[in-house]
Amino acid sequence: MTDPTPVAPPRRAAAAAPAPTHLSGDILARARQLIALYPEPRSALVPLCHLAQEQDGWLTPEAMVDIAGLVGVTPTEVLGTASFYDMLHTEPVGTYVVAVCTNIACLLGGAAELLEHAEASLGIGSGGTTPDGTVTLEEAECLADCDRPPCVQVNHRYVGAQTPDSFDRLIAELRSGARSADIPPHGTLVRVRRANGLSVDPDEVARERAAEAEARAAREAAAPSDGGGA
Amino acid sequence: MAITEPPKIVTARIGHDDSHTLERYLATGGYEGLRKALAMTPEAVAAEVDAASLLGRGGAGFPAGRKWSMLRKAPVTYLVVNGDESEPATFKDHMLVERDPHQLVEGVVIAAYALQVSRVFIFLRGEFALGLERVQAALNDAYAHGALGRDIFGSGFSVDVVLHPGAGAYICGEETALLESLEGKRGFPRIKPPYFPAAIGLYGAPTVVNNVETMSNLPWILVHGGAAFAALGGGRSTGTRLFALAGHVNNPGVYELQMVTTTFDDLINAPVLGGGIPHGRQLKAFIPGGVSAPWFGPDQIDLPLGQDEVAEAGSMLGSGSVVVMDDHTCAVRAAWRITKFFSRESCGQCTPCREGSGWLERIMERIERGQGREEDLDLLLDACDNIAPGLTWPPQQTTICVLGPSIPSSIHSAITMFRDEFLVHIKEGGCPYD
Repeated sequence: MTDPTPVAPPRRAAAAAPAPTHLSGDILARARQLIALYPEPRSALVPLCHLAQEQDGWLTPEAMVDIAGLVGVTPTEVLGTASFYDMLHTEPVGTYVVAVCTNIACLLGGAAELLEHAEASLGIGSGGTTPDGTVTLEEAECLADCDRPPCVQVNHRYVGAQTPDSFDRLIAELRSGARSADIPPHGTLVRVRRANGLSVDPDEVARERAAEAEARAAREAAAPSDGGGA
Repeated sequence: MAITEPPKIVTARIGHDDSHTLERYLATGGYEGLRKALAMTPEAVAAEVDAASLLGRGGAGFPAGRKWSMLRKAPVTYLVVNGDESEPATFKDHMLVERDPHQLVEGVVIAAYALQVSRVFIFLRGEFALGLERVQAALNDAYAHGALGRDIFGSGFSVDVVLHPGAGAYICGEETALLESLEGKRGFPRIKPPYFPAAIGLYGAPTVVNNVETMSNLPWILVHGGAAFAALGGGRSTGTRLFALAGHVNNPGVYELQMVTTTFDDLINAPVLGGGIPHGRQLKAFIPGGVSAPWFGPDQIDLPLGQDEVAEAGSMLGSGSVVVMDDHTCAVRAAWRITKFFSRESCGQCTPCREGSGWLERIMERIERGQGREEDLDLLLDACDNIAPGLTWPPQQTTICVLGPSIPSSIHSAITMFRDEFLVHIKEGGCPYD
């Protein structure tokens, strides 16, 4: 006989997980701050993957082990989740990930020709990285900048419509470091940090909500609704 | 044609260089809607939004007020803002989060108050690096200004808003996939029923999911009243809406237009809007509402920009993106690229979508490259029929979510409208536009 009462599986205690060994310093502190923003630690999994990429440029196996420990899942679950998402790179990428959109609006604006030029000019296929490790080229799906086709992003920052000539200049600027002020290395996604933690205590919210429900019930008892409407 | 100049509801500040700052926001009436809301009961705020008849601006067009009323009596709720704008050729939310993030934050707090929610998650597309920075800065400023956090403007109402970056997956725009992603999982859409996260949402709790543009309308609605909003537009399509115009037009961009009183012809050809097709070319076809929508030909250009009007004509206004193709466009290549997109973005859960999209993509590719066969046309339609039986509109569904039945739209449209073009590819062994 099994117990008829459904029992939730026990939550893995964070304390039981090994201490992070790869994520360090500021990145680790920010990871812990992020986890505290969510009712369930696992919700921070993707944001933590972004942070790991900020530290290493890509999502390393060592970082995935740390993330697993921090959010209470196995490293395999981190990999299984991360591998679903285009922005999370489980293999090394260049300092600059250059994404050329070829979806419908950009296609009508010459994107296929631009991508062809980019591949020839960089000497790599889409998905490849230049031998010096500077540039990874990606054929992207729509990047939501469709009034400036063909749309190009470098490390998820828009650089405006590109022609073959301007594309080559852009690459030269990336290589010379001329764009390093406005385009951080791959992995750094959001440079503005949250200034504060949560300000609303969940227990207090529960109490307030109960009081509010009581007040609403009292209001409705005093003035019954007509029962119409959805 | 006469374009009535509508009030700018969500784009009033866009012309300013500093439109994203708290200073500009406060100098242009910012957070007045929230102050007004906080002086009302939550029920009255929800009633105001109901009166506006605001349809959700994400793509499905579900009335926002009704979504809320499903939840109003539930004890624990989350509000989740869908900013995972990924429908090809849709770029309105991109503009809103970069150029007026405080408007979004104010709308979010108003909605949280109406729903009595204490925790909100804004799920923003990961590729919006600048948008993420602008929204985070706006949240920080709003906390410091007292518009967010504990005891907002001394009202006793408190709410936290957390910005959550996505990581690149079209499917996460589907609201149940978005919730899975927000729980730290692969973005797999959930099996329906329940059809609405209002019943079982984030962590199984009742949850409202609203689009960025929907939220951004709320400050204006609170300041001017739901009736003023409902007086704009026509029929069920009230208010203004952002239309993202792209493709072969002289002035691509995002336009805030009154629904229904403006037509596709106005949007595409009016000198103050799209400005017509460049190089003196002619209109071949246009996609009225994102690449999931069936295409229209020049004979349907006089249709009004209204949700029901477009639906009755056999397509959808969807995400409000309009793609214009001139007469030098290869219909096969256009439909192939759209199919390739769906094939790449299928999450892989359901066989018709996962396998079907790949088959369709490969058949489309071989036709475009001149290796097609005449029987390929029937094969394409047969595979489409297996994904969306009957190829009706709105489509039948054999998959967990609507990505599947969105796949056939472009192929079915292209074959129906430009069958001869497919045959030329096949007979001449190549693309006539190359």
